[in-house]
Amino acid sequence: MSPATEPELSVKRLTDLIRQSGRIAEPAPPAPAFFPGAEVFGGSIQVRFINAGGCNDCAQEVSSAFGPVYDVERYGIRLVASPRHADVILITGAVTRNMIEPIRRTVDATPTPRFVIAVGDCALTGGVFAEGYGIAGPVPDFIDVDLAVPGNPPEPALIVEALRRMTGR
Amino acid sequence: MTGAAIAIALVQLVLFVFLSPLLIGVIRQVRARLEGRAGAGIWQPWRDVRKLLTKDPVRAADSSWMLAAGPVTLLVSSLLLVALLPLVGTLPLPLIPSDLFVIVSVMLIGVVALALVGLDAGTAFGGMGSSRHMTVAALVEPTLLLAVYALSIPAGTSTLSLIVETRLANPAVIISPVSLLAMVALAIAIMAETSRLPVDNPSTHLELTMLHEAMVLEASGRDLAWLELGSWLKLAALLGLLSNLIVPWGVLTEFSPLGLLVGVVTVTVKILALGVVLSVGEVFLAKARLFRVPELLAGSFALALLAVTASYLVA
Repeated sequence: MSPATEPELSVKRLTDLIRQSGRIAEPAPPAPAFFPGAEVFGGSIQVRFINAGGCNDCAQEVSSAFGPVYDVERYGIRLVASPRHADVILITGAVTRNMIEPIRRTVDATPTPRFVIAVGDCALTGGVFAEGYGIAGPVPDFIDVDLAVPGNPPEPALIVEALRRMTGR
Repeated sequence: MTGAAIAIALVQLVLFVFLSPLLIGVIRQVRARLEGRAGAGIWQPWRDVRKLLTKDPVRAADSSWMLAAGPVTLLVSSLLLVALLPLVGTLPLPLIPSDLFVIVSVMLIGVVALALVGLDAGTAFGGMGSSRHMTVAALVEPTLLLAVYALSIPAGTSTLSLIVETRLANPAVIISPVSLLAMVALAIAIMAETSRLPVDNPSTHLELTMLHEAMVLEASGRDLAWLELGSWLKLAALLGLLSNLIVPWGVLTEFSPLGLLVGVVTVTVKILALGVVLSVGEVFLAKARLFRVPELLAGSFALALLAVTASYLVA
């Protein structure tokens, strides 16, 4: 099964690989407590992701939280393409001047009840980018943040835990 | 007879409102397992709809009443489709026949309502989605009509219930070349009509690749719930029609309580089985380039045309 003997990824080989390796997803840790007020979602949240001006570090961790290993979709959490579909807004990075208005509008476009999760030290304090040219300030200066996930960047497991507090699963 | 037909239509409505989110759940769960993920469970679409109904819709400042009316129109057209198609039983409703042309017209009402919802808020992606959606619809409708027309020739009628009954009475018709050609054409047309792969990717986040998703970007709360449920109902109804045309056994032809139970169970099993097949097939498919979609649909139209031609030459 080494790549040298079977270089091509055929349908048969893919099927065999999936059958042999089985589930890539890690076993689920016990469910964390509900975030107060998130019970209304009933175990289903849609997430709109915004990078307000970070270095993509936190964005990568968010992306792996939604990947097959951490598999946050199994707790009823899905990424969506429009704030109108979203219940939770996930923001990474310090807010750049050009993003002040877009993040405010995004929050306004999200139907209530809604929650905002800020991920990473840059989003919470500005991090290494604070005071930088083009940086307007951390996310809580512009919009209300309900849940903070500190870290530089935070591990995907921490992001998964914050999101699970919204579905309670 | 009339009472029985109405009872069956009601049973179909109730069954499909419960079954269609379950079908989507099964499709997503099978896909998740094949991708090595754990999956959200088969009841997740139910939770999604329940949650959407509790949220307050946010409508764009420039949108009109269409954004509120369109989703309900789509839902009603899908419900009508479910009531008219021969899914649990083949007893036709007395006033509205389950005629081929009626079915396609009812479906078209939903298609147009969805396109208007996409246009209403005036966003770039909504308009793009609507334009793509109407292009696909214009290419799909002739194929749908022609494919079912080919199936109607052996039955001598364009009423779908009677077509299913003919296939039940005479199973040799099912594996005739005419029927096989028409079924392939119909299957491709249904995939395009319900925005599945390879025409549209139902789980995409990339606006530029969207067809169906682009039109619903501006809908929220209960508007979105009706749009989702309407689309799921349409998928379940069309898969039900396809499965009843391929495997007509189990469908109710004369009213009896036991027959009704058998009809409900068999149609549920058939649709879920077809959903699993669809999901497994989709794992191995990539979305076709938009400019290749007309080629695929023209191919299915050609198959439908061959089926009609063959039905006069062979039969």
